[in-house]
Amino acid sequence: MNKNLRVKSSEYIDETNRISFKFNGKTYHGFKGDTLASALLANDVHLVGRSFKYHRPRGIMTSGSEEPNAIVQINPNTNRTEPNVRATEVEIYEGLEASSQNCWPSVDFDIGGINNFLSPFFPAGFYYKTFMWPASFWEKYEFFIRHSAGLGKSPTSSDPDIYDHRNIHCDVLVVGAGISGILAAKNAAKNNFKTLLVDEKNELGGSTVYENNEFNKINNKTSSEWLKKEIEELKNIKNLEIKTRTSVAAYHQYNYLLARENLTDHLEAKDKTNKIRQRLLKIRAKKVILATGALERPLIFNNNDRPGIMLSSAIKKYSEFYGVACGSKNVFFTNNDSAYESAMSLYNKGINVKAIIDIREQSESKIVKKVKEAGIKIYWSHSIVDTTGYKRLNSISIMKLSNDGTSVTGSKISISCDCLGVAGGWTPAVHLYTQSGSKLKFDEEKKIFLPNQNTSEQISVGSCGGDFKIDEIIKNLNQKLKDTLNINETDLDSIKVEIDQENSKRNIWLLPSDKPLGKTKPFVDYQNDATAKDIKLALREGFRSIEHVKRYTTTGMGTDQGKLGNMHALGIIADTAGVKMGDLGTTTFRPPYTPLTFGTIVGRNVGKFFDIFRRTPINDWHVENKAEFENVGQWKRAWYYPINGETMHQAVQRESKAARESAGILDASTLGKIDIQGSDASEFLNRVYTNAWSKLAIGKCRYGLMLNEDGMVYDDGVTTRLGENHYIMTTTTGGAANVLGKLEDYLQTEWPELDVYLTSVTDHYATASLCGPNSKKILKKIIPDLDLSDENFPHMSFKEAHIGNIQCRIMRISFTGEHSYEINVQASYGKDLWEKCMEAGQEFDITPYGTETMHLLRAEKGFIIVGQDTDGTMTPIDLQMDWIVSKKKYDFIGKRSLYRSDTMREDRKQLVGLLTDDPNIVLEEGSQIVSELNQNPVEMLGHVTSSYFSPNLNKSIALAVVRGGKGMMGKKLFVPMENKNINVTVANPVFYDEKNERLNA
Amino acid sequence: MFLINCPYCGERDQQEFKAGGEAHIERPKQPTELSDDEWAEYLFMRKNIKGIQFERWNHAHGCRKWFNMVRDTSNDEIKAIYKMGEKPPAQ
Repeated sequence: MNKNLRVKSSEYIDETNRISFKFNGKTYHGFKGDTLASALLANDVHLVGRSFKYHRPRGIMTSGSEEPNAIVQINPNTNRTEPNVRATEVEIYEGLEASSQNCWPSVDFDIGGINNFLSPFFPAGFYYKTFMWPASFWEKYEFFIRHSAGLGKSPTSSDPDIYDHRNIHCDVLVVGAGISGILAAKNAAKNNFKTLLVDEKNELGGSTVYENNEFNKINNKTSSEWLKKEIEELKNIKNLEIKTRTSVAAYHQYNYLLARENLTDHLEAKDKTNKIRQRLLKIRAKKVILATGALERPLIFNNNDRPGIMLSSAIKKYSEFYGVACGSKNVFFTNNDSAYESAMSLYNKGINVKAIIDIREQSESKIVKKVKEAGIKIYWSHSIVDTTGYKRLNSISIMKLSNDGTSVTGSKISISCDCLGVAGGWTPAVHLYTQSGSKLKFDEEKKIFLPNQNTSEQISVGSCGGDFKIDEIIKNLNQKLKDTLNINETDLDSIKVEIDQENSKRNIWLLPSDKPLGKTKPFVDYQNDATAKDIKLALREGFRSIEHVKRYTTTGMGTDQGKLGNMHALGIIADTAGVKMGDLGTTTFRPPYTPLTFGTIVGRNVGKFFDIFRRTPINDWHVENKAEFENVGQWKRAWYYPINGETMHQAVQRESKAARESAGILDASTLGKIDIQGSDASEFLNRVYTNAWSKLAIGKCRYGLMLNEDGMVYDDGVTTRLGENHYIMTTTTGGAANVLGKLEDYLQTEWPELDVYLTSVTDHYATASLCGPNSKKILKKIIPDLDLSDENFPHMSFKEAHIGNIQCRIMRISFTGEHSYEINVQASYGKDLWEKCMEAGQEFDITPYGTETMHLLRAEKGFIIVGQDTDGTMTPIDLQMDWIVSKKKYDFIGKRSLYRSDTMREDRKQLVGLLTDDPNIVLEEGSQIVSELNQNPVEMLGHVTSSYFSPNLNKSIALAVVRGGKGMMGKKLFVPMENKNINVTVANPVFYDEKNERLNA
Repeated sequence: MFLINCPYCGERDQQEFKAGGEAHIERPKQPTELSDDEWAEYLFMRKNIKGIQFERWNHAHGCRKWFNMVRDTSNDEIKAIYKMGEKPPAQ
């Protein structure tokens, strides 16, 4: 090993820039421009991985993103490690490390390799059939199956890289920068279309830049020479943006495409830092030109998976583009002329080509004649029946094919070789095309699926559109460009093309062997180890749909999505079942075309940007005073303010007592606030709330309950009449946006005749809620000239006032049952207001309290929290809030539903209070409530919705919803817990100050 | 991801919009006159068609206007968009 197989300098490889990298712990050298695959091949390393099921040694098969075998772990054991990366796509850099996957202890000696010898026992559906019984053993089976499966390791520490998203709008998006893509982009841009050209490779030109077949000429130059000049010209074209290392992952409806732009993966570690690693491009294109090319097909024959067996086109690319010989004794196996081009490429560089095995009877093309002249032995009408070599191919056996191609005859010839190039024809890369929703049709003559019915403004050009020969490509591209861009001339009009004429092909999906199928291993899906006999077995067992066969055999279900073998799977199914391939259809091509990293998908939405959050204008004070926070919707709300190492329970008990005994203050800025104006504002409120609003006097406040049309409680809050046609509505913190949306919906769609204007002003105001028996004295200190007497400023009323120069709106409303004021100021004055209250309240030991204390205090009063004590299935009647439902109003949202037979049932779940017999036991919220302990199964009557230890009552209190609860006052029930049953008694949900005397205290 | 032509703002990405269910279901003017079954018909019964469907959409992260859309649910082709209160286009 470690031979140097570098054959000739290539302009794409910088031999002055030598790079060392490690593979499986061993150091190798390559050059700038190499991929991991080309550098390994240059070092004569073919064995790079083990297959998934049988752990068979596998080598590099391709030179692109379709690679099924050479998938590696990049930079193992670092925070930049990435599994399932195709070695054919990794550009090497100094310090790169990579290792094989799916092998233990090493790729050279892999214990799982025993599966290969046990393979007769692992047919398709093996797992489904074997691990079925006894059913209870599944957990044990699963442990071992999970351990033996799995490709690669995910990183265990956080990703150090930055990812980004970018939106792009363009007139024309060209996907793929081979000859067709380049010509399409050039002509689109020249005709003033804003054009974006993307290609997954680091260099433009696709396969044409190393296409040196002397019999195919464009304007009297070889196609590679000619195209390089065209590429040179692209630089000077306006309106054209070019992105290399950019792979289109998904093509959605309405020409919306996602592409991954790779920016730093090819750089050394020191150059990666503080740069964007990958960028997700979200592209909306008016027109899409797909120029995604074609993938070479392998041939399906016995033991066609050994390291050293590669696609013929890959061998050509390694030789021409990377200057690497993949072997020193090369043989090709083909059904068309492509392999001859690869053979000539090697021959011209002085690399030994021993033979070409061709399943056709003959070919008259110039390139074939050239090969004959070169003295390379051609075996016509022959097929490979077996190969040998465990970790590297060392020989093939061939036999004569029968005329019908279903069997082999004559004597076996053995040819020793270390590299075999297979050429099974070309499959248009229609993956993106079908993702867009467009439909394919099968061309029976060419044996390929071709674009047929486009669903959006798009065209497929070049080989992905079914044109393989350069003259057809240019002619059809020219016409399609004129049609789709609506232009009269292109610079393709003047191109002169000469081509080699012969284009014969003989298609046999599964090549015969001298052994029966059952004794052979013709792999169809290399990554998932699905063979032709697995597919036939699936058909014998009754599977017919291609989608079912795929899932049963796992054909096409690997990380490569079966880019190489899917067509053969379809062909074998069609031949075996005796149906036409066109009738069989294809499996669905799902995005992404090549895997995306999670980082790319997530972009900048990580860390503190993972989910946006909102802070109140008073937030800094809470932080300075060591509040603990909780998330309420997107808001960060002060939860409680522990002092001297208090637990949450201790802090909440202290805060709750202080609020009732002297004074407390709460940041209520997060409540939703909607400004409602217009001559029909009162009528509008009448329709959206359950109670009546017309008679509410200016300067008064009213609590309202809002239902859904199904009669269930949706939101609640206090609304204040500021003027004749002007109200300010408050909503729950979490419900603000939805309530506004719902109100707008009714106004725009059901009641457009109403003169009402809605404005969200949630963020415009900061709100401090001052509560407790001393709240009045504190407010008096802040606003001495405001008359706070009950006559002038009674409960449920509103005043405008000034604190210094700051204008404020004060509502005397209460969510705690205490005498309290909600003071609203312009948001920017929020912290100032808060600090003034704290200062004025100092002599009363004013206590800031958080949401937890607020919840406790309102629970003592039996006030509901929508979303905690309700869950979208509670009517106001269920909540024992009949008092708020107007009987007089003709209609309001949800009214009719309150009289449906179902909502009028007596045995609905209804809100009640619960008291534990032992006052020290606090129930768990969510725990279940039953009346019988010895029933089996026990009937669940309801659950606990709110539960606290009340310091003011010195006992545990709870709210609960209980079936038929209204009629159960005083009834004994049980809350069964894991280790004990808790005895409870149904009680009035108002636990504290039932007569509301404290509101005016 | 649809490209939706908001009748007030022009073409915008689908992520700016919210779908609002079947269109042309008018809220009864006199709900109290309806039987339980008639009310349930309005409240719960919605079509789920494979093919041409009339839908409400809201430009929630834009002008916040509601409008109607005719969409072929089998291929997501948007056939027409028209304002609230306007008559649906002839089929």
